[in-house]
Amino acid sequence: MLCKRIIPCLDIKDGRVVKGTNFVNLVDAGSPVELASRYSKEGADELVFLDITASTEKRKTLISLVSEVAKAIRIPFTVGGGISEINDIEALLKAGADKVSLNSSIVKNPKLISEAAKRFGSQAVVAAIDIKNNRKEYKVYIKGGREETELVGLDWCKKAAELGAGEILLTSMDKDGTKDGYDNDFLRLVTSSVSIPVIASGGAGKKEDFLDAFKLANVDACLAASLFHFNILPIAELKNYLSNNGITVRI
Amino acid sequence: MIALIDYGAGNVASVANALTELNQEFIITSNETEICRAQKIIFPGVGEASYAIRQLHLLNLFTVLRIVKKPMLGICLGMQLMADFSKEGNVTCLGIFSVTAEKFDETKTKVPHMGWNDIEIVKESKLFNGIKNGERFYFANSYYLPVCPFTTSISNNEINFSSSLEKDNFFGVQFHPEKSGDAGLKILKNFINL
Repeated sequence: MLCKRIIPCLDIKDGRVVKGTNFVNLVDAGSPVELASRYSKEGADELVFLDITASTEKRKTLISLVSEVAKAIRIPFTVGGGISEINDIEALLKAGADKVSLNSSIVKNPKLISEAAKRFGSQAVVAAIDIKNNRKEYKVYIKGGREETELVGLDWCKKAAELGAGEILLTSMDKDGTKDGYDNDFLRLVTSSVSIPVIASGGAGKKEDFLDAFKLANVDACLAASLFHFNILPIAELKNYLSNNGITVRI
Repeated sequence: MIALIDYGAGNVASVANALTELNQEFIITSNETEICRAQKIIFPGVGEASYAIRQLHLLNLFTVLRIVKKPMLGICLGMQLMADFSKEGNVTCLGIFSVTAEKFDETKTKVPHMGWNDIEIVKESKLFNGIKNGERFYFANSYYLPVCPFTTSISNNEINFSSSLEKDNFFGVQFHPEKSGDAGLKILKNFINL
């Protein structure tokens, strides 16, 4: 039986892991390669790296980072942040990434999903979708949460799946950094509307939050950052708890 | 020396990294002569089947891969391409395992089948030396090879499918040993030690 996955997320800025609340107030959380190795040993099922560096040197640094990480760990990982070209995707996958996560670029150019899926397979294409409950409607935000779009959250999730995305990484901006639990109501809407795996992101603060997302929202994976970076919740402890509560996880 | 086949449809870097960790010499190649000179072949693959088969034809590798007599390990799409036929792009494949690659039913399960799943070993294989029954490996596939006489282990995703196959010198694994932690490395090591 397929296991539910626990995925630490590493936000990368200028080659270092950083963590903020609601996409701001960044603090240094360590070296990407060291953290990746640590998580791999501690039982993470896969990793996500999101590059929030804005500089023009970004692409080169990211590719060398991916290559270093791929040498250090033997579990799958996803890379995202400002990827907008097929050539960039190819370079990152060639460097050893297993998947790329696409966010703002697919809102502007939805065809990028189908082009990438056709070329590299759906399993390599993660649609990262940031949503915010705005006047009783979930809207899609881009550019790291700075820009509201016309897109309605659920519609865009369905569209991304139709176009050939292999997974949806759904981040609730309202929940991100609050440690108040995942947005299970909206996540459940998504998991019951698409047939591709869904990763919950934003809001994890304690073990119970993960259990709720798996049980109430039927997500396939849960992503968290600060809980793991600062060792507030060891991955092994979390997985034991989930296993004891009837969730199939890899221990 | 292992020939790691690069035909533009595989995550060669990850397999190369794993072989490096195992101190195994290898050459990344799409050259027929180099493939013939190697003692073993690793045939990785991710992406779409008909595109991958077209690449094999373009590089003139289709025939050599069918007739080699040395141990060859197909990984993920590489393994599916060793079947007779794939419904992904409706393409004739290498014809090593007489079975057809089918798509998982989206109305019954999540597709792609993505993540760590357990395997049930149903036939003895040298690839599984030191691997416990029920061990978990990382999968990422939308298509699968049904259980057939060559199946050596089975996994379940709503239906049972082949997580590994074996026939003479040909081995195939649906999961990614290069991405499956220590158990995955063990499989690669067993292949190296054949």
